[in-house]
Amino acid sequence: MAMLEVNNLKTHFKTQDGVVKAVDGVSFSLEAGEILGIVGESGSGKSVTALSIMQLNPKPPTEYPEGEILFEGQNLLEVSEKRMQQIRGNDIAMIFQDPMTSLNPVFTVGNQIREAIRIHQDVSKSEAQEKTVQVLRDVGIANPERRAKEYPHQFSGGMRQRAMIAMALSCNPKVLIADEPTTALDVTIQAQILELMVGLQEKYGTAIVMITHDLGVVSQLADQVMVMYAGRAVEQATTDEVFYDPLMPYSWSLLRALPRLDTAGEVRLLPVKGAPPSLIFLPEGCNFNPRCPFVKDECLKIDPDLYEKKPGHTAACILSVEEIEKNKSRVDAELGVQT
Amino acid sequence: MSEAVTAEGSQTQAIQPRERRLAGFWRRFRRNKLAVFGLAIVAVLLLTALSAPLIAPSDPRAQDYALTLQPPGVGGLMGTDSLGSDVFSRVIYGARISLMSSLISVGLALLVGVPVGLTSGYFRGFWDEWIVMRVVDSLQAFPFLILALVIAAVLGGGLGYAMIAIGIGFVPAFVRITRAQVLSVRGRDYVDAARAIGTGHTSIMLRHVLPNSLPPLLVQTTLAMGYAIIAEATLSFLGLGAEPGEPSWGSMLFQAQAYLTSAWWMAFFPGMAIFFAVLGFNLLGDGVREALDPRTYD
Repeated sequence: MAMLEVNNLKTHFKTQDGVVKAVDGVSFSLEAGEILGIVGESGSGKSVTALSIMQLNPKPPTEYPEGEILFEGQNLLEVSEKRMQQIRGNDIAMIFQDPMTSLNPVFTVGNQIREAIRIHQDVSKSEAQEKTVQVLRDVGIANPERRAKEYPHQFSGGMRQRAMIAMALSCNPKVLIADEPTTALDVTIQAQILELMVGLQEKYGTAIVMITHDLGVVSQLADQVMVMYAGRAVEQATTDEVFYDPLMPYSWSLLRALPRLDTAGEVRLLPVKGAPPSLIFLPEGCNFNPRCPFVKDECLKIDPDLYEKKPGHTAACILSVEEIEKNKSRVDAELGVQT
Repeated sequence: MSEAVTAEGSQTQAIQPRERRLAGFWRRFRRNKLAVFGLAIVAVLLLTALSAPLIAPSDPRAQDYALTLQPPGVGGLMGTDSLGSDVFSRVIYGARISLMSSLISVGLALLVGVPVGLTSGYFRGFWDEWIVMRVVDSLQAFPFLILALVIAAVLGGGLGYAMIAIGIGFVPAFVRITRAQVLSVRGRDYVDAARAIGTGHTSIMLRHVLPNSLPPLLVQTTLAMGYAIIAEATLSFLGLGAEPGEPSWGSMLFQAQAYLTSAWWMAFFPGMAIFFAVLGFNLLGDGVREALDPRTYD
């Protein structure tokens, strides 16, 4: 049994303009110690998926018309808020995008981590304090005894994200959901934070769901990748397969839109034209058809499900593998990509 | 390498932050001379109230029919009233009644308004939208004094009931201010982060939402104290507050009405006391607001 299994999850928001299908039938499973990367544009449903697992979407307007989220066999969509509070932090923890605003400015960093520990563990204040200093040391904060007594405004952005990771890991959760943990940080700090997360994942065997729109981050870390578009998973496979042999035109376009150091000046970039569709008024047929470089007439009529195109590699596209490969090499030749 | 840098960085920040924040507040507050003046008035008022028996030359309730309506100078510092009581002593003791009633009424308003605004704004939904806020709306539809008057009249006379009435009159404003602040704070990232770590609602409200909602409440509390003094004086003037014999500034004004042309001092001194007390609290409140306003940070 997988540690975390999401089956046909649908997260809809009821608004005055209509139902927003923020997540519309997403499935994946995560084994212990595995890293799953979820990539997609803003508004593709990545964060809502994460918040659904944590059961942190505001209700109303959120509804879960279908699907299940199984954590160690129990459906999180059905457990009580009380039980969910025990699971949050203790079994599944989450770190957020902006470390500058994720810590309460009126308490010391140590105080906040200590409280997180004491919510889930029956320990004394001094034991919690010890553990706090230890996790701060684990995430590479120098002089943790003194740093624990300082307030968030005395921490830099990178240190705050470290503190957030320390807080998330303080109860040894089985799953860590990282919602764009490096987006708000500069590049050198990004690398440090990612290295830290991988190190801790190896040390504690935590499974990680890494949500990002940074393909570089995913290619470095993830075992499995799920590409999301307009609330749906459009391609799922191992990281290597998605990066070297994408079978969904969207994932492929994302890779061709990305500048690369080794081919700079030789290869033209292919922008993904247009903008993500409104989640209330989705296009007829395939959601991606207005932007797809390989679009054909059937795409305007048929809304493809996620098919298994190759063993263990699923994509939502009506084109056959041969058609996709042919299209890919045709456009690659125009762009000057050497394969 | 990075560790060396951070370790060095922490060397330069050895000052205790809480201390620093308070010090920063005080520095900004001090720049506003009027606010310091207001603070001085409030401090004098507080000292007077605390040490009234030491300052007052005679018992404020003592009456001497041989020495009625003596002008200032002849009959003590501020003269005597129509019953022969020493006006100075009565003004001094009046500070006690005024401060006590403003403390109690504002305390009551805080005690009711803040929890209601906090839970209502935090949980939202039907209760917040259709019960709490609509009750607050209807209470606010009445002018404050009329509301306090009606409540005091219903509850009966006496200073204690007057304080309760004033307190109830203040509740809607406190509910609104707390709720508005809570609505903005509950959407902050650290509240989501706290929920994601498994913090319960009560703990989130008390640890994360309330402390970050305090600054506007502090300002409102100070300003309400000043207004409570006027309200108490008004209710006492109208006979719904302190008993006529009690040394309340409001009831002294009431007593002075009939003698306005012949004994100006009976009305003048309690009137000035009210004026300065309210001015003090208003200047203090303005100063606190300015010092807490991030736009005035340097």
